[in-house]
Amino acid sequence: MSAEASVVEKETKEKKNPAEPFLSKRRKNIVTDPLTDDNPITIQVLGICSALAVTVKLEPTLVMSIAVVFVIVFANLIISLMRNLIPGRIRIIVQLAVVATLVTLVSEFLKAYSYDMYKVLGAYVGLIITNCIVMGRLEAFAMANKPYDSILDGLGSGFGYAWIILTVAFFRELFGSGSIFDFKIFEALGWITFPTNGLMVDSIGAFVVLGILIWIQRSKSGYVEH
Amino acid sequence: MEIFNIALRGIFIDNMIFAYYLGMCSFLAVSKKVETAFGLGLAVVFVLTLTVPVNWLLQEYVLKEGALVWIDGSFESIDLTFLQFIMFIAVIASMVQLVEMIIEKLSPALYGSLGIFLPLIAVNCAILGSSLFMVQKDYNIIEATSYGFGSGFGFFLAIIALAAIREKLKYSKVPPGLKGLGITMLITGLMGLAFKSFIGVAL
Repeated sequence: MSAEASVVEKETKEKKNPAEPFLSKRRKNIVTDPLTDDNPITIQVLGICSALAVTVKLEPTLVMSIAVVFVIVFANLIISLMRNLIPGRIRIIVQLAVVATLVTLVSEFLKAYSYDMYKVLGAYVGLIITNCIVMGRLEAFAMANKPYDSILDGLGSGFGYAWIILTVAFFRELFGSGSIFDFKIFEALGWITFPTNGLMVDSIGAFVVLGILIWIQRSKSGYVEH
Repeated sequence: MEIFNIALRGIFIDNMIFAYYLGMCSFLAVSKKVETAFGLGLAVVFVLTLTVPVNWLLQEYVLKEGALVWIDGSFESIDLTFLQFIMFIAVIASMVQLVEMIIEKLSPALYGSLGIFLPLIAVNCAILGSSLFMVQKDYNIIEATSYGFGSGFGFFLAIIALAAIREKLKYSKVPPGLKGLGITMLITGLMGLAFKSFIGVAL
């Protein structure tokens, strides 16, 4: 009920000022909020699984980020276009079907053009389907907003996710393998005996790095959980 | 013996949370109280033990290359693997729905305590994850069932342990920025370190 009411309210509000600028302040906020103050990983606690799983090295992390941004933007767009056609009771299945189709596209694309990367990412590409960020945005935003706003929201959430996992991957690869994008940075600097830390490659490193990153990010944005 | 070993590996060594980071979202969100964690854990064990064998049948008799031979010999070259994600997630979503209805009918008390968590399980990565890993590991149906149960039980153990720690944590002084998610991540890391000691355990 309340969701429907807010949709109606939003739409009437939008009709009153039809000439909203292409990049108004409200729209800019849709993109920038998820980057810091409302970050999907550190503040909303969504999409943690893949944030930890693929971040051993930077390269697969980059591919994963691109895949997630692609899926989230297009899923948001498609669901937003269909938002008035989907019956409320079966919306989860409809959303899952749309997301699963997009993920299948990504997976087939990787298989065709970058088979090595497909092998590295393995089951985790399929797991974008159950990435809570995608489902969360569909449910919370795309079901109630216009297509263009939904694309912006998808971009914001996607990049908010991407910068966090890229940062985690940077530190894990730097200390775990002593390299950046497979380039042996410490050897190049002349420090051949750099002690790499096995824990960083392991799951434990991921938990600790993300924990500390969350600490720093929340201290900066002043967000406190109660 | 092999079956027990697979279950044991799923519980301790290839633990869904600590080794594959799957199901983290609900692991973090629903671990504030032991009681609710227990409910969710039980539901996950239940759904995993059912969906993994069903998805195994689907993979073996519908999706795999040449799997449709049992209908007609001429279907030998058909490969439906690209439908894997959609089929698996559809099976999981409908199994969850089915389980929800059965529990509601048979045990309203259990339904009352599990109620809200059951629909959430459909989007729990641990469920889809173990189906996808099951395909990679090339199990037969009995091994697949035992793998499903093992990984579900591993999740169950992990979430209860974390919930117990978090209940105690309420009495500790945590820096404001680290409260909630931050400290939970660090604790999970330490728990993972403890679970590492099980490496090499076999019956």
